[in-house]
Amino acid sequence: MSDRLAMEDRRSSRLPFPAELGALVAMALAGLLGYLVFPDDLAFLTRLIGIVFLVLSLDLVTGYCGIATLGQSAIFGVAAYAVGNACLAGLVDPVALLGVGMVAGAVMGLASGVLVAKFQGLPQLVLSIAVGQLVAAMANKLSSVTGGSDGLAGISPGPVLGIFNFDLYGRTGYVFSLVVLVIVFVILLRFVRSPFGLLCRAIKDDSLRARMIGARVYPRLILMYGISGAVAGIGGALTAINTGVVGLDSVSFERSAETLVMLVIGGAGTLWGALIGSVVFQIFEHYVSAANPFHWMTILGLMLIVVVLFAPRGLVPLAVSVVDRIAPRLGGKS
Amino acid sequence: MAWTVLGVVLDAISYGMVLFIISIGLSIMMGLMRVVNLAHGAFAMIGGYLASYALKSLGVSYPLAIILAVIGAILISIPFEFLLYRRIYRKSDELTQILLTIGITFVIIGVANYALGPTSKSIPLPAALSGPFDLGFRMIPAHRLFVIACGLCTALLLWLLIDRTEFGVRMRAAVDNGDMAEALGIRTQLIFTAAFALAIGLAAFGGVVGAELLPIEPFYALRYMVTFLVVVSVGGAGSIAGALSASMLLGLADTTGKYLAPEYGEFFFYLAVILAVFLFPNGLLGRKH
Repeated sequence: MSDRLAMEDRRSSRLPFPAELGALVAMALAGLLGYLVFPDDLAFLTRLIGIVFLVLSLDLVTGYCGIATLGQSAIFGVAAYAVGNACLAGLVDPVALLGVGMVAGAVMGLASGVLVAKFQGLPQLVLSIAVGQLVAAMANKLSSVTGGSDGLAGISPGPVLGIFNFDLYGRTGYVFSLVVLVIVFVILLRFVRSPFGLLCRAIKDDSLRARMIGARVYPRLILMYGISGAVAGIGGALTAINTGVVGLDSVSFERSAETLVMLVIGGAGTLWGALIGSVVFQIFEHYVSAANPFHWMTILGLMLIVVVLFAPRGLVPLAVSVVDRIAPRLGGKS
Repeated sequence: MAWTVLGVVLDAISYGMVLFIISIGLSIMMGLMRVVNLAHGAFAMIGGYLASYALKSLGVSYPLAIILAVIGAILISIPFEFLLYRRIYRKSDELTQILLTIGITFVIIGVANYALGPTSKSIPLPAALSGPFDLGFRMIPAHRLFVIACGLCTALLLWLLIDRTEFGVRMRAAVDNGDMAEALGIRTQLIFTAAFALAIGLAAFGGVVGAELLPIEPFYALRYMVTFLVVVSVGGAGSIAGALSASMLLGLADTTGKYLAPEYGEFFFYLAVILAVFLFPNGLLGRKH
């Protein structure tokens, strides 16, 4: 792992930020492709981007810090409700609403971090679940703030930057979400290779050794939880802005479990794994579960078992290692 | 007022007993094999389905249906143990275990839904259990007493098994120090397999007798997935007394919470969980691993 990191850094010293530039171009192209291939399904693609943020945020705590959590959707949901309420209260500027979501997510993330990062193993997992379920029960109870089981409806944000109105076909929503995703993803690519990001990885690999070299583990993990919360908060904000409704499903346990599944199928511990995993998973789900929701569950379960047994690091790292092994051979022949 | 309190407490205890019967199997698995088995509820559900089928389609008696359900669930679980669980005993990290067992749960839910439909399946009680029971000064549902008796018997028999038999001695040796037990000639793999069967059997038993309180339907496995795990975590993995006290505590928190403030749902249940886990991270009566 450390060799690979060192290599990545050497590569990046040739050009200024080549990995980040590459990501920028690749994602913009993929986004454009999505726009052209699914012109009638932009609402779906926009929802998908909201969930991508949630999976990325989970990757930051699970993939980079090794915290097993099944309560990440609580952060997403709290941010979405905060944004919905801010919008209903009269704050309609979408960029400001993103800020509200980020702050709400970060606060909720810090709060969960204080509880969840204190322990390891089973107590950690159970606390993450309990926090998630507590938020879900509260969202159901505080119907004056959340709309209860009916959901919080009527969120109608103003034009983006005062120019682009949200249209019926979801074009503005899609482009807006995509731009935010590309920006956040590029920042995160840089962030996970920062000294702080590397320290988190060290904590994950061996927290005792990290402590021995002087890292203060618990505060670092809480901070990472806060940053992860901000990312999840952006996702919640985008979902609220684009769909105009926030329902109880956004804080549900099922959402948390599904997020973890997407992350692991893609590959925890790499941002590309989280990104590609969540996109491919949701497109697949969109078609299969529309055909038959119960077969979807069986297929998903089988897929999960196969991935855990045969590609425990996820499909994206698996694909990368296969390409790495095949590419030199092909190069030698030609 | 006093009668209401008695009624609520009785409900709480019987609900707690159902939690106990199902969770104790998971607790044994987690204490011995260190497997966070999120599919435990799925096997309880399978037990419930089998009992419902045996009672309604085969027309057997209630006790026989329970026995058939327990044996059937164990038989169904054998390939899962052999092919999947055996790989994750004692060595993998939590994340691998969570994902593998969530995968198993999804497959079982999907298949149950496809084969048996989304409606809930009833398990008709025999006449002796479906009516009220006269305590002399008050009538209470006989089924509640039956569940409580089942829970107490389960706890007692398990205690005898683990504390008083040769098998129990070997099992405790494997829990305390698996490598040393192996070196002394105890075949831990065999013990693990037996404990797995025991855990599944208890889950199925709890699924059947608790069906009045936790109705059997395909999403049973997902709905109570977390509940059983929480009971084990609060009680401490591998401890009978711990699981019993955690079940009682959480049963009481949930039932009184829902009685006094139904609109809060599971709020009080999970508040109790957070407090308990935060104060006793290894469980009320668990040991540090």
